[in-house]
Order: sequence, then structure tokens, then C-alpha cells
Amino acid sequence: MLEFISQYPLLAALLALVGLGAVFGALLGFAAVRFKTEGDPIADQINDILPQTQCGQCGHPGCRPYAEAIANGEAINKCPPGGEATIHALADLLDVEPIPLDEEHGEEKVKAVAYIREDECIGCTKCIQACPVDAILGAAKQMHTVIASECTGCDLCVEPCPVDCIDMIPQEENLQTWHWQLPELGRANVDVIASDLDTDRAA
Amino acid sequence: MRKIFDFHGGIHPPENKRQSLGEPIRDAGIPGQLVIPLSQHIGAPSAPIVAVGERVLKGQVIAEAGGFVSVPQHAPSSGTVIAIEERPIPHPSGFRAPCVVIECDGRDEWLPHTGIDNYPGVSPSELLEHIREAGIAGMGGAGFPAAVKLRQKPGATVDTLIINGTECEPYITADDALMRERAADIIAGAEILRHIVGPAETLIGVEDNKPEGIAALRAAAGDSGIEVVEFPTKYPSGGEKQLIEILTGKQVPSGGLPADIGVVCQNLGTTVAVRDAILDGRPLISRITTITGEAVAHPGNYEVLLGTPISHLLELAGYDATRNNRLVMGGPMMGFTLTDTAAPVVKTTNCLLAPTEAELPTPPPAQACIRCGLCAEACPASLLPQQLFWFARGKEYEKLEEHNLFDCIECGACSWACPSQIPLVQYYRASKAEILQQRRDHDKSEQSRLRFEARQERLAREAEEKEAKRAARKKAAELKARQAATGAENEDPIQAAIERAKAKKAAQQQAAGSESEVDKLEQAVVTASKRLQTATAKLEQARAEGSDLVDALQTGVDKTRAKLEKAEQALADHRAAQGNGGALSTGAEAAPVDAAQAAIEKARAARAADADLSPRDKARKQLESLQQRLAKSEKRLADSRNAGEEDKIVEALEASVERLRDKIAATETELATHAAAENH
Repeated sequence: MLEFISQYPLLAALLALVGLGAVFGALLGFAAVRFKTEGDPIADQINDILPQTQCGQCGHPGCRPYAEAIANGEAINKCPPGGEATIHALADLLDVEPIPLDEEHGEEKVKAVAYIREDECIGCTKCIQACPVDAILGAAKQMHTVIASECTGCDLCVEPCPVDCIDMIPQEENLQTWHWQLPELGRANVDVIASDLDTDRAA
Repeated sequence: MRKIFDFHGGIHPPENKRQSLGEPIRDAGIPGQLVIPLSQHIGAPSAPIVAVGERVLKGQVIAEAGGFVSVPQHAPSSGTVIAIEERPIPHPSGFRAPCVVIECDGRDEWLPHTGIDNYPGVSPSELLEHIREAGIAGMGGAGFPAAVKLRQKPGATVDTLIINGTECEPYITADDALMRERAADIIAGAEILRHIVGPAETLIGVEDNKPEGIAALRAAAGDSGIEVVEFPTKYPSGGEKQLIEILTGKQVPSGGLPADIGVVCQNLGTTVAVRDAILDGRPLISRITTITGEAVAHPGNYEVLLGTPISHLLELAGYDATRNNRLVMGGPMMGFTLTDTAAPVVKTTNCLLAPTEAELPTPPPAQACIRCGLCAEACPASLLPQQLFWFARGKEYEKLEEHNLFDCIECGACSWACPSQIPLVQYYRASKAEILQQRRDHDKSEQSRLRFEARQERLAREAEEKEAKRAARKKAAELKARQAATGAENEDPIQAAIERAKAKKAAQQQAAGSESEVDKLEQAVVTASKRLQTATAKLEQARAEGSDLVDALQTGVDKTRAKLEKAEQALADHRAAQGNGGALSTGAEAAPVDAAQAAIEKARAARAADADLSPRDKARKQLESLQQRLAKSEKRLADSRNAGEEDKIVEALEASVERLRDKIAATETELATHAAAENH
């Protein structure tokens, strides 16, 4: 056998290649099984970027399904609560061009928190069933109230309310949320000091 | 002589300190109203514990700490609480915030207070508690609660305690004034801090532009072991990390704290406040504030009660609003523009700067970055301000973090050095805030995601439980039904017996109450005759109209007549039978006889009825019965086919169906001939 092969160098090369192919194939096959990734890591990363308001404005029942849809090639501009920032982050992650927000799905609004006018609440529990993050507290025939810190401002509780007693209150900037804004380019007067350079020259 | 180190970068802006050092510290007095913001420090706002209308004494706690990283607030003078409401506060946003407003009575009546006589005999943790209760927050500018900063992690050792007397920002001289006039208090405070922290060495760092202060401190320190270290003036050597590097040569790691390298740093003003709290029992209710700038007539340092409206101070100093272009709280490098002079002096107000336009001109519009690199040379944190600027403009937050934006101390050296007057620090502040906001949003969204998932899980679980319950109910019902079915089979003999008994009873009753039977039969006769009448009427009408339905109606009439006759017969028979039965026997035995008799009579009647029928009707009747049989046979055949029975059986059934069809055909022809015959 060996003699036969040594007589035909072409055959030897062929056998060697087939052998190598088989070995590496087996190795890859083993690795594919042994190091199999569970779930869809891209969808997880996308889901991490989405704002998790679970508002359904994108047309999907929650952020996770939309993340999966994006992973399967859906447009990245259907999330109004996330707005520009989310689109940019998604574009970075997926290495695509950022596109403007699709107005069809809503506009980027100031973050709001649901507020139940408690005098008018009849205790129907409809908003409780609608809330995707269990941020409404109450029971049948009891007054309901929103846990403001858990509310995502998704609007989903407003529609089901039979007495229309839920307001979406935009969150105004306060001392805790206030922060410096980027200076406008070319604006003369900026409220940061650190610029008595001319004084120095005069001095 | 101690070895002095240097830090990277730094600038040398004009100092402008002598204007405010001409006179000693003056008392700003008691204003008409004191406005105490509940949040003058870093951390949770304090919670007010006084009510509107309550009289408070000087030094009384009016708001307690709102958390671990928080401090209480005290009444700076005696008076009445007239409001707890939102008031303008010194903050770059210009927002209002909750404040306790005290109407002063001018008597300045102290709450009884005493210091700790022998503090070296008191444990550090107890002293820290006193410092916390005295409401002391860092007085250098940031306002971090002093007690929290001084508290050491278990097991950690402190090599160096540094008292920061650098005061590197231009214009500000509050600490310098303290050094000149209250050097002994500073040293006493440093001793207390040394007792609390227990460092190997205690240093007081002072820039060499304060020779009088240094001399006073050295004289006061004597041989206490507290070293007053003098080093060259450079901005921003007063930054905590920069000062540590100057004095020890060690750098605080990025994102770390001085405690990580065994250093604790406290501001000079804070040190004096600690001394007052421990030795005199006096909480933090006043501070030294520099008022300076060319727009004030009497610049200098004032001892101000916290909560004093800035307008009151400005008035004292001879402020000329017309000459002032903007009012700044803090120094010219790191301060911010005040929007409202009604805002009060707070624990961090080290300076009020009222410059003229010529003194501190409005910054000209920013020019384009020429990449000169002066900012990088000036940066004391060894960052790349130019790169950070580009990333900030492009909102590339990840890159900003990679370039250590959070190590920026916002000293403003880069902005000062920039030949294009780009407000660089502004970009970094905004970007930092934006990144923090994003982190908060991300945390919030993470929380929302967890809640959403928990809810989904719960809903799925509830649906599953419901389904399981439903299935269990179904199963139970099935079981019950089966039990009932098997029970019925088991009980069959009994049931049958019951049925038999019932039947017997019914028969007896029938025999006993034959009257009702007779009634029934009579009734049947009546209905039948009625039907016959209507049917005949209809037939007459049809005939008159020459309708096609005549034949069908005729048949109907015939049938009804037959029924009537049958009913009459049955009635007659019954009456006869009753008469016989009554004569022969009574009781149960009579019934079978009656029944047999009735059957015979019935059969007879049927035959008689048949005999009465015309041949055509006979044929029709036969046809009907044949058709019924055919339907039955066909059904049977279909069933057999479906059931997949043997071919023989199916064939046989098919044959019988065929036969029946033939018969039907024959009968139909017969019927047709009869009909033809009748018509003729």
C-alpha cells in the first residue's frame, strides 16, 4: 500500500489533503457543538440599547421582540422613546448609517410619567392590566396609583381608562436632572468663566 | 526642607488677591431674613423638622440629614420660621429649591451648647458623629459631607493627612484671611483631625503667594508636628489630586479616591469648622466669604451667616450693579454666573465676584480649533482636551470615556489656555452629565426590562395554572361521567326491576282508571274527525280551483278517514273490552287479556282499513314502505362500507338494495297504471 502511494505522488498529496480536511472538519464540528452560543447575542445587545419602555410604538409587543426583529433586518428607526440617541447607538452596534426617526411610529417626546387623578379613579383595574412593568398599584374597587419611579411613560394605561383619569405628566427638569448643555457653536456669551485671558494680557 | 513634587500642566492666571486682603475679616451682621436651602451639600437633601411659625434659636437643628451621605442644617440666628418653600438658590441652573426661611429677631439668641473638653479621650467615631451633627460639609467648593470623608474603611491606614490651604483660584482669599487671623484655630482643628484619622504625618499645604498666612501658621504650629509646606504658585495646585501629588509625589489612580493611596485631604475652612464643632459645640452656621471685583467699593472677607441673601452682602460691600457685567459665585476659573441676588450664601460659597466688563470681559465667540496643543500642555490631569473636544462635539461618548473624560477636574485651565477661546470645560461638563444621564437611563431601562420580564413570566405562569385547573376539572368531569355510566351498567338489573315495577304499576293504573283511557280514545276520535273535515274542505277547494294538488289531497283525505275509522274502532273495542274485562275478572290478570284483544282488534281494523283502500292507494302505501326499506338498506350498505366489512356482506347488501329499487320501479309503474285507469 505504502509503496503504491509512494509511486504516485499525486495520490499521496490527495490523501494528505483529504486527511487534513477530515481532521479539521471534525475539530470544527466538535467546537460548534461544544461552544454553542445560547440564544441570539446580537438581539441581546440590541435589547440592551432599547429604552425598555415596552410601549409597543414600534409595532412589536415589547422591546425584546423589536430587538429580535432588528436582528433579522428590520429598520432601526421605529423607537420614539429612544429617539436619536438610541438610533445612533444601534447604528454604531450594527455598523449601519443612522437614519432619522420614523414619524409613523411617533415623535420623540419629553419623558413623561403617568399620574392617576385619584378622586376620579373608579378602581376598574384596567390600567393595571395594561401596564407592562407593573407600575400601577391598586385593586378592584380600590383607588389606583402609579409608582412614579417604575413608570416608563409608555402611555399604554391611558387608553383603557374608562373615566379618562390618567394624565401623562412630562418630567420637567429639576435640580437633580439639570445639567450643563453643550455650548452652541459661535455663541458669544457662554456662562462658563475660565476665560480671563485678556485680563492676563492687559496685566 | 521637604521635597516638593510637581504635577503636569497648570497655568498662571493673574492672581488678583490683594484687592480683598486690605482689611481684616468683617462681620456681615444679621440680615432680616435667612434662607437655608435644604441641599447645600453633595448627597441627599436634608429633611426639615421645624414647622412654619416655630421660633428657633441660633444653632438649633432645623433639618436633619436625609441619608448617610447628607448633613443636617442649623438655624444661623434666632427668629421665627416663616416659610418652608422653594426659593432661588445659588446654582448654575438658576432653579429654585426647597428652603427654610427664618425671619430673624436680631437677638441672636444661642441654643445652650458646650464643646468637648477633653477630645483626645473621646473615640474618633464619636467625634465623627459630632462633626456630622454639626452639619459640616466640605467648604472648599464641592460640599462633600466631612464626616463621610473622614470615616475610614476598616483595616485601611492613613499615611498622610493634608489640610488644603492652597486656595489657588484667582481673587479668592477666604482661606488666606483665616490663616492670617485664626492660625491657632486651624492648628487646633488639624490636631482634632489628626486624632480622628491617625496619620503618620500631618501637612498643611499653602502656595507661596501667601507668605503672611504661612508665617502665622508656622508660628501657631510650633512643635506640634504639623508641617506647613510651602510650594510654588500654580493653578490648579489646590485641586485635591494635584495637591496630593505636589506634597507626596503619589498620584491618585484614575477613578480612585485619595484614601486608596493612604491620604486624607480636608479644606482649611472645614478644619476650622471642625474645631468650632468639637471645642465649642458650635455647628456650621457661618463662613468666611470673599467679596471682590471692581464693581464693589469695599472688597474684602466677611464672616457671613449661612442663608444670608447675597443682595445683603453686596449692599455691605458697596456693590454697583451698573458697573458689573455679571455676578459670579466662586472664582473666575470654576465659578458660575448667578442669576438672582436673592439667592443665599451657602456652605460652599467661598467667593462672590463682581467684576467690571473690562476686568472679566464677556468671552468672544469661539474660533475654530487650530490644534495648537496648548490645552494638552495646560491640563493638570494629563488628558487630551483637544481630542475630548472633538469627541464631545461628535457626541462620541464611548470614545470620551476611553479618553478618561471622568478624570477631568473641570479646572478650566484648557479653556484659559485656548487661543481660540473655545469653552472647552463647558463641553466636558455637558458630556459628563450626558453620560451620567445615559447611565441612569440605562439602569432605569434595565430595571424596566426586569420588571417586564417578571410580569411576562407571571402572566405565563398564571395562564398555565389556569389551563392546568381547567384540565383537572375536565378530567374530574370525565371521570364522574364514566363512573355514572359504569354505575348505570352495574345497576342495570335494579334499574330494570324498577322499570318493570313501574310498568306494572302503570298497567294497574290503566286498568283501574280506564275512564281516562276512554277519554283519550274519544279525544282521538274527535281530533281525527276534525282533521278529516279540514282535509275534505281543502280538497273541495283544490278541486274547485283545478289545482295539481288534488291527488295529494285526496290521499291525505283518505288517510285521515282511515285514521278516524281506526280511532272509532279502537274506542268501540275499548268499551267492549272494558265491559268484558269488568265481567270476567278484575286486577292485574285482566290487563294482558285486554292488550292481546286490543292488538288483535287493531290488526283487524288495519286489515279492514286496507281493504277499504283503492288499489291505487294500496300501491302507493306499498311504494312508501318500499322506499323506507330502501333508505334503510342504503344506510346499512353505507355503514358497512365505512366500517370496512367483508366484501360478501357488502355485495349482499348491494344486491338487496338493487332488488328493492326494482320493486319500487315496479310499484311505481303499477301506481301509474292505476292512476291512468282512474283518470279514464
